[in-house]
Amino acid sequence: MILVVAKTLFILIVVTLLFAPLITWVERKQSAIMQDRIGANRADLAGMTFLGLLHPAADVIKLLSKEDLVPAGANRFLHALAPILSAVPALIAFAVIPYGATYRFGDTTFTLVAADIDWGVLYLLVIGSLATYGSVLAGWASRSNWSMLGAIRATAQMISYEVTMGLSIVGIFMVFGSLKLTDMAVAQDTTFRVFGFLDLFASLPAGAGWLNAIRLPNWGIFLQPLAFLLFLTCIMAENKRPPFDLPEADSELVAGYFTEYSGMRFGLFYMAEFIEVVVIAGAVAALFLGGWAVPYLSQETITAGVASLFGEGFANLVCMLIHVGCFFSKVVFLVWLQMLIRWSFPRFRYDQLMDLCWKVILPLSLLNIFLTAAGMLLAQQIAPGAAAS
Amino acid sequence: MLSEYLGVLLMLGIAVALTVGMLLVHVYLGPKRSFDKKLAPFECGEEPIVSPRQRHAVKFYLVAILFVVFDVEAVFFYPWGATFLETGLPGLTTIAIFSVPLVVGLVYEWSKGALEW
Repeated sequence: MILVVAKTLFILIVVTLLFAPLITWVERKQSAIMQDRIGANRADLAGMTFLGLLHPAADVIKLLSKEDLVPAGANRFLHALAPILSAVPALIAFAVIPYGATYRFGDTTFTLVAADIDWGVLYLLVIGSLATYGSVLAGWASRSNWSMLGAIRATAQMISYEVTMGLSIVGIFMVFGSLKLTDMAVAQDTTFRVFGFLDLFASLPAGAGWLNAIRLPNWGIFLQPLAFLLFLTCIMAENKRPPFDLPEADSELVAGYFTEYSGMRFGLFYMAEFIEVVVIAGAVAALFLGGWAVPYLSQETITAGVASLFGEGFANLVCMLIHVGCFFSKVVFLVWLQMLIRWSFPRFRYDQLMDLCWKVILPLSLLNIFLTAAGMLLAQQIAPGAAAS
Repeated sequence: MLSEYLGVLLMLGIAVALTVGMLLVHVYLGPKRSFDKKLAPFECGEEPIVSPRQRHAVKFYLVAILFVVFDVEAVFFYPWGATFLETGLPGLTTIAIFSVPLVVGLVYEWSKGALEW
């Protein structure tokens, strides 16, 4: 009971109080570096700017102390509800993403995840689609033309990419045989032979045995490279950040569905967007980059190695710290990758966006499912019982 | 069994409290100096001449229909995918047959121009 509370609070605090404000800072600084500007450096405390790190705090104070405006003619209840409906799904999505393995200290065994649900991936998809309501209601309740256009675009974009987002990761379910994110992470804590498929044709000639020694981590990105690209595209489109920011499109629609939002009401949309960046990074890390798994060093190896020197309790603790550190390094890397994409590409046109979804990603994800199925059946022919090629 | 959802429930509670709390603090802290022009919907300085709640392009409606069809069919892929290691070749045959209408539907919509923007 206390463990669950501790695990939940830890991940919630890390994501909302540490990652989300830092990301707003990274976004400013990285865009500044990429565009040869100086970037945020004005907010200061007693003359010290700390590289602009005070800006996230200054933002919160500013947004909280703005006037609370509801435009005339707007539906007051829905206008207030929409930002909450946007932010809450973003905040609770991290519940199922494991940030560490299962550890044993004396009699207590625990897994570092807030909620170890059997249908973890589905939970992510469900929560992701709930966020659609926030943007749609925001645009509709504002009773402004810009908001309405943004809301309509948001609806079509988000529901289109929801379909492909679900279909693109079916290959991952097949390879790992589970919908449970903790099981997937454990399955990714191993390695596989890259040239294992050669066994299908003939036994290796003498002298080529070293090929068998080439191993890759059993990660989703190596088993399902196409799914990785498709899923990353879809989930970034779900978050409506550039180059997929058609619903907000500052240069066409003012600010899209949150044109009529100011102060903390806007702040919640802003917060939701940045927390979703972390959630995306966490989800992609857990599904495709092995979650907490350290490449080539399985949990047993680390624990056994440290235990032989310092004892088992300490080994579990070290292993836990390494895993949590490894998971958050992957999250940081993926956040940085999203920032890089966000500042590198211009916005899509609406027809391009829809074509990409229905004419490229949807057929490719269906193709990926059947290719994976064929590959796995072949792999079972070679070595019955083997999980994947 | 249900204890697994305790974390979700806790997170949901905190999330709702946090967001509602932020909005309430915002209402309390902010100044109150509103007047008619300030509350008018943003229209680049003009008076709005059309209501936003009017009819919109039918394409968006079409996308919603496509979504319902494809998302419901996609749901059937999840349990099949998760159990593929056990079902093997019979499973693949079944899902191949199941996908035929899906693919035919996609090709039909494509040829009819439902996916054109």
